[in-house]
Order: sequence, then C-alpha cells, then structure tokens
Amino acid sequence: MKNPLDSIWGTIISGLVLTAVLAVVVAGLV
Amino acid sequence: MEWLSLVERWVHFLAGITWIGLLYYFNLVQAPAMAAANADQGGPGGAGITKYVLPRALLWFRWAALVTWLAGAALLGERFGSAFALQGQDAIIGMGAWLGTIMLLNVWGVIWPNQKKVLGLKPADDAAKAKARRTAFLASRVNTVLSIPMLLFMGASSHGMALFS
Repeated sequence: MKNPLDSIWGTIISGLVLTAVLAVVVAGLV
Repeated sequence: MEWLSLVERWVHFLAGITWIGLLYYFNLVQAPAMAAANADQGGPGGAGITKYVLPRALLWFRWAALVTWLAGAALLGERFGSAFALQGQDAIIGMGAWLGTIMLLNVWGVIWPNQKKVLGLKPADDAAKAKARRTAFLASRVNTVLSIPMLLFMGASSHGMALFS
C-alpha cells in the first residue's frame, strides 16, 4: 500500500481525520 | 501584567507563523520542486536549492519552533500543568500544546539531525544521505499532519469553545 504521506493530499486528509478523532477525544475530556 | 501576556502572545504568533509557514513551504513548494528538478533531465537540477535555500530555511525553521514553544509555555503560565494534564476546559489548549510539543521534538530530534547529513554538516555516505533525506521528509510530513489539529485546538481555546462543551 502506498504511504499517504508521500502525497500532499494524503497528508492533508490524514490531518483532517486526526483532527476529527482528537476533537472527539477532547470533547470527552472537557 | 496584561502587557506581558500580550507580548508573549504576539511573539508566539510571529514565531509560530514563521515556523509553520516554513513547514508548509517545505511540504507544498520545496519537496515537489525538488522532485520536479531531479526528474528534469538536462535541467538545472535542485542542487542550488539544497545549497542556498535549505540551510537558511532550516535555520529560521528550527529556531522559530523553539521560540514558538517557549512563548506558548510562558503564555500558558499557571495553566501549563492543567493544560498538559488535559484537565477540564484546559484540555482544548492542552491538546494543541501536546501536538506543538511533539512537533518541536520532531524538528530538533528527527528533522534537523537528518538534514545535517543531507547538507553535509555531518559525515554521511550517499546511502546514509538518501536514508536521512527520506526520514526527514516523512518527519516533516508527520508535522504537517499534526499541524492541522494543532491549529484548530490553538484557535478553539479562544474561539469556538462551545464546539467542545
């Protein structure tokens, strides 16, 4: 499988997915 | 001491924009430009970028990263502990602070030591240089990924708290 970090769009999408995951984590902490 | 807090925030923004601006330059401009230059048979190649642009960009990049973190830590002040412990409302800025801290460690612990090999500041043969270039590239991409949620949490701590409550 190709590493998503080799493409700029793969990098941006990875960042957006991580943002969604961490937002749920933080919402659970606040 | 409201003026001190304002100065800390100002320095945090100035250094942070320098740091993340250069990070986005590396990822959005320099990496694809180097790939295009290396693929361009008979073209001028990317040696000039590596020799004249990269050392200057990395100098501002790594020191701006440190100044950003120090100004951010000063700005947190008494909230430093509760932010990094992700307690209550401070969990929002704390998540941003954790992401920024991981990014800083990535800059000084992974990207810069590997770029020193690429730049010839640390002895390395061609195979070691190629490996260092790949490692630095991936670490830079990881920091780009981390910067996306980091900026959301930094902004959300002052604007958009309601999203998390």
